Amino acid sequence: MIKYFMKGLERYIEHPEIEFATSGHRACQGCAEILALRLALKVFGKDTVLAMATGCMEIISTPLPTTSWRLPWIHVAFENAAAVASGIESGLKILMNKGKIAQKDIHVVAIAGDGGTSDIGLQSLSGALERGHKFTYICVDNEAYMNTGIQRSSSTPYGAMTTTSPPGKKSIGQSTQKKNMPKIAAAHNIPYVATACPSYAYDLFAKIKKASMVNGPSYIHILSVCPTGWRIPSDQAIRYGRLAVQTGVFPLYEVENGKYRITHNPETLKPVSEYIQGQGRFRHLTDDIVAKIQERVDKDWEELKFLCSAK
Amino acid sequence: MSTKRGVEVSIAAADAAKLARVEVIAAYPITPQTHIVEHLSEIVANGELDALYVNVESEHSAMSACCGASAAGARTFTSTSSQGMELMHEILFIASGLRLPIVMAAVNRALSAPLSIWGDHSDVMAARDTGWIMLFCENGQEVVDSTIMAFKIAEDRRVLLPVMVNLDGFSLSHVIEPIEFPSQEEVDKFLPPYNPLYTLHPDKPVTMGAYGMPELYTEAKYAQEMAIRQSKDAIIEIMDDFGKRFGRYYKPVETYNTDNTDTVFIALGSINENIKTAIDELKKEGKELGLISLRLFRPFPEEELAFALKGKKKVAVIERVMPGGAANGPLFNEFSALAQARGLKIQLENYILGLGGRDVNPEEFLEIFENMSSPKKETKKNEKNYIVIGVRA
Amino acid sequence: MAKPMEEYKWHELNVGCVIEEVGNAMEYKTGDWRSSKPVWNDDKCVKCGLCWLFCPDAAVYQKDNGLYTTNLDYCKGCGICAHECKPGAITMVEEER
Repeated sequence: MIKYFMKGLERYIEHPEIEFATSGHRACQGCAEILALRLALKVFGKDTVLAMATGCMEIISTPLPTTSWRLPWIHVAFENAAAVASGIESGLKILMNKGKIAQKDIHVVAIAGDGGTSDIGLQSLSGALERGHKFTYICVDNEAYMNTGIQRSSSTPYGAMTTTSPPGKKSIGQSTQKKNMPKIAAAHNIPYVATACPSYAYDLFAKIKKASMVNGPSYIHILSVCPTGWRIPSDQAIRYGRLAVQTGVFPLYEVENGKYRITHNPETLKPVSEYIQGQGRFRHLTDDIVAKIQERVDKDWEELKFLCSAK
Repeated sequence: MSTKRGVEVSIAAADAAKLARVEVIAAYPITPQTHIVEHLSEIVANGELDALYVNVESEHSAMSACCGASAAGARTFTSTSSQGMELMHEILFIASGLRLPIVMAAVNRALSAPLSIWGDHSDVMAARDTGWIMLFCENGQEVVDSTIMAFKIAEDRRVLLPVMVNLDGFSLSHVIEPIEFPSQEEVDKFLPPYNPLYTLHPDKPVTMGAYGMPELYTEAKYAQEMAIRQSKDAIIEIMDDFGKRFGRYYKPVETYNTDNTDTVFIALGSINENIKTAIDELKKEGKELGLISLRLFRPFPEEELAFALKGKKKVAVIERVMPGGAANGPLFNEFSALAQARGLKIQLENYILGLGGRDVNPEEFLEIFENMSSPKKETKKNEKNYIVIGVRA
Repeated sequence: MAKPMEEYKWHELNVGCVIEEVGNAMEYKTGDWRSSKPVWNDDKCVKCGLCWLFCPDAAVYQKDNGLYTTNLDYCKGCGICAHECKPGAITMVEEER
């Protein structure tokens, strides 16, 4: 039994000692994606139902006949986590309305990777957000189709090497920019959108807490550093998550009822080269590609600051 | 007390779902199913049906949302046709694999390409092996009765499988027929509230939809296959119970005028009424033809069919879908296999008709009968194993 | 207790392959994935809890005296705890096999 807890945890987590994502899962050593979920679920607590898409998190946790999840959990297919969550939310709602089950605040959480969100899952996500279901959608973004062997997704950053965007004589790696999913979610005018990263755990807790209290849809985009796919040592996931935020590659912000707010504001951004350095998936980048990346990060950062200043 | 009224069959189907007290409807509009979902939206909106109507953005999401709602413990219903059924195809397998008692009204419509909004069986035949229990309806009364029975069948603890109630697009869905609706009290007595075996609820968490390694997948699928095979007993029992309460008895296989003849047709759906008219016409001329009508298509009722086919010599298998490169249409293949397995000495012939909404009138069935009784000696160059009735060659 | 997969007969699976024993993945000890393990220097540990916070496998736990250690049944030896420990109280030591 943990006696002395980290300061401030109780503000977000009722029972920090409970693990809803148990040990024994088959995630790679140093996986920050399962860490993100482990932390997020602590905030949601036990009155939560999970609808998960096919992907790393589903595969590492539920090989029949075992499961790592201590919460009610369903996996249907790859592209429909949001649709399944819509069904669960509706089912629970009508059953409570009819008095068949007790009135209770049950969090419905849809979880999918970047593939299952920004590519194949975009339609069902958009539908669920538009319909206004009371649920939280978490995109755990490791920036490629990692589960199937590191193929690119629309969330793969510019220049990154993946098996379907390999660098070569005729290619620099991923030739397109990362799709801005939080912006797309915010365009649906939902009450709460946020970006988060487990390297900034308390920021993540606060955002999950906010999302859990929204009376409508909420969208959390979590950067999940993947040592296996990004070709970094297994102990570096937290460090690179931190660098992603400090360089402005992955800013931490939230959009609450349309109002933008940067939640972790480094006064000056570190150069992106510090983030790119040491990641095998960027090893092939030339200086001018890095310069292009820096240019884009700066532009996006200015745009974000501008959005924050809007009344 | 039951009430009889003239109503469009689509509306009747929606009203049957209302009598069954469905709780979540997640559906996407597609011709010719639209009247069903429109009416359901209406009765939910005016409070007549205490349910939630989820306006999903595609059929794939419709079936996905149905899976979520059913897993959460709600009685779930949807409806689709044609392209919509194809779009939700992968989820059909998952719904039956997860053993979720979803009921779907499939308004059978032809598949693209070319695009056709009119009725045939290409959509349901493409979904025949998805592990769903399948019922076919000849008329509006059967649609209402089958829909109510479908929930009882699906939710029976011995079954726990999704059920598809098939009705022909336009030729059945859009016609107005006199239909007797049981009262809400009578339906409530027949169909108690859904009592799920497992639900997604924090009080008793479970994991649904884990993945199966090669070491376990076979056993998992075997269990599912045994469930659909054994569901026939529960289905027969429920049909019997329905008959006792409401006076209309249904069976997995029904026959019409098969006692006096060894020549029969086999068909599914609303064309059976046209076939029966043809049979009555032939009787006036002193000719005998029988009809074996397949009400329960999945699980395939082998015993009942073998029994109905006993002593029959000439059998015309009539279907409303092209073989797609197979030697014969799907129904013919199943009946051939049945005949082979049971050593039935029958001469099977394959007729394909009614594609893409083309009308089939009793005259054409009389033509098939003539062809069966005294076949023309044709040795065309591209000899096929089936005849497509009415194709202009 | 989950049996090894090969020992299940088809009728022993739950309807829909539903798993009722939540968290039974703990029967799988991921500890033998390790090639190195974290070792705490209790003198340097300030009980901040970051190692517990950042462990993807929920293997790090707090002992009764408030100091931290890891459950070697599950620790995969990723090294995140050692890397994040501010006072440098954790060292990754190669496993003897």
